[in-house]
Amino acid sequence: MKLLPSPLVCRDAVELVSDYLDGTLSRRQRRRLEKHLAQCDACSAYLDQMRATIAASGTVGPEDLPSEVVEGLVNLFRQYRADE
Amino acid sequence: MDDAELLKSLLGGDESAFSELVRRYHSTLVKVARYYVASAASAEDVAQDTWIAVLKGIEKFEGRSTFKTWLLRICVNRARTSGVKEHRSIPVDPNESGPTVSAHRFDQGGFWSDPPVPFTEAIDTRLDNTAVLNAVRDAIDALAEPQQAVVTLRDVEGLSTQEVAALLGLSEANVRVIVHRGRARVREIVEEAMKGSKI
Ligand SMILES: [Zn+2]
Repeated sequence: MKLLPSPLVCRDAVELVSDYLDGTLSRRQRRRLEKHLAQCDACSAYLDQMRATIAASGTVGPEDLPSEVVEGLVNLFRQYRADE
Repeated sequence: MDDAELLKSLLGGDESAFSELVRRYHSTLVKVARYYVASAASAEDVAQDTWIAVLKGIEKFEGRSTFKTWLLRICVNRARTSGVKEHRSIPVDPNESGPTVSAHRFDQGGFWSDPPVPFTEAIDTRLDNTAVLNAVRDAIDALAEPQQAVVTLRDVEGLSTQEVAALLGLSEANVRVIVHRGRARVREIVEEAMKGSKI
């Protein structure tokens, strides 16, 4: 007889979310998590937050560099061109 | 303009193409370098040296990898060398096996007692909202290494787990753990920020 996987509690479910979103959970783990998510609004909210966080990370774009950093590097560029 | 077009202009000596690439990648280079070297100043030096190496090597760049990959590889090689000179050991997450959501948010049975405040609506419908994006950016900036470098490469620059692992010389399993912990921390910081502001 095959043992049924024990149901997840929230504390353990949240630790699977990142791998779940990356599609790297084993099929068994994925099923356990999906079963839990289907009946847990709080963990579903957690999943949504994580999904939104990752999406936002991908759209934050480059940081505004302090202009002196850009200027310093552009000066290096000019120097390099002049020395060439 | 995409990187390949900027590169073409840069080969022709275009200064604005150079400054655009700097704007695009300098902060990522600094974060990646910081994983290896002992101080922020030293990471800044590595990033600067990387740009000089780019100028010196650009004519030899054969386009077999993307510009981004090539650039990051130069940066990692230099940072690694500097880190060795500084006798700095590579940081590991001290709580690597600990929980990513604080225990006090769950009851004794392991179910939420302080459930996450859904910011779905706020963040999903306002992805263009600068306040939200700034919260995420600040959260990534506040991450400790190794999470900062790994999350920046994986989620900001969009490298695959495999690419991050190869670049930093980590196992893919290790990258997954670090990404998981870093993302959880970013989510936590953003959640706090959303609670504070009335978005
Ligand atoms: Zn739950």
